Amino acid sequence: MNLDIQVTEGEHGNVAYLSGEVDVYTATKLKETLNPIAEQKNSDLVVDLSEVNYIDSTGLGIFIGVLKATEKSGSTLKLTGLNDRVKRLFEITGLNEVIDIEVDGRKEAK
Amino acid sequence: MTRTSDIIEMKVPAKPEYVGVVRLTVSGVANRLGYTYDDIEDIKIAVAEACTNVVNHAYEADQEDNDMHLNFGVYEDRLELIVADRGGAIDVEKLKNERGPVNSGQAIEELKEGGLGLFLIETLMDKVEIRGDSGVMIIMTKFLQRDGVDKSDHGVSEEIPKQ
Repeated sequence: MNLDIQVTEGEHGNVAYLSGEVDVYTATKLKETLNPIAEQKNSDLVVDLSEVNYIDSTGLGIFIGVLKATEKSGSTLKLTGLNDRVKRLFEITGLNEVIDIEVDGRKEAK
Repeated sequence: MTRTSDIIEMKVPAKPEYVGVVRLTVSGVANRLGYTYDDIEDIKIAVAEACTNVVNHAYEADQEDNDMHLNFGVYEDRLELIVADRGGAIDVEKLKNERGPVNSGQAIEELKEGGLGLFLIETLMDKVEIRGDSGVMIIMTKFLQRDGVDKSDHGVSEEIPKQ
């Protein structure tokens, strides 16, 4: 029941690799890691969720907060690697309409 | 058919680190009953959302009785999960008015970080009841889907013959 976060700074911006569970316990750590990056001027943030097997509304709320921060700083936010369960939650809540989610090319929409 | 039931009760501190413990427990119970993988994941999220509400909203920092009270009713055809706190009476209608999905027409700066939890509970579970007499009590039911049994049949008792 932990969350591991690795951030790499690349040419095109920052990539945050998350691994584990995003819930009310791990949320603080995620927020404290991602928000400062999102507040940097004109940088792109990609969050890789391939290794995330659980997320709930607390995690979704954090991504809303990060999205707001990127809007303010002229940066962008993109989520990648969502498994079907995680993707479903973004769809149910309508968040896929406001957050840029990169769909895996191998899995075509039904 | 559904007369007998097993009851599992837990009382855990309303702290973030215990929400995962509750999630694992309910996952074990649901797994034992034979729910599908997707249903188990739905149940885990719904229970975690209810617990998260307790952790975030029920108690003041210095309050003494600050536990979440959990009651899992195990029936042959369903799970009835109750998550309750003793944080004092609340206005259930107000709580309900704040819930809902994200509206894509909204400006990004107007999006709210909260309000998704209750919406998710109601979306993922089959039946949800909220009471607010002495604290928030959320009663959630998830029916066990078996082959050839239509979901809509579950609302009425199966023993009563149709007239």
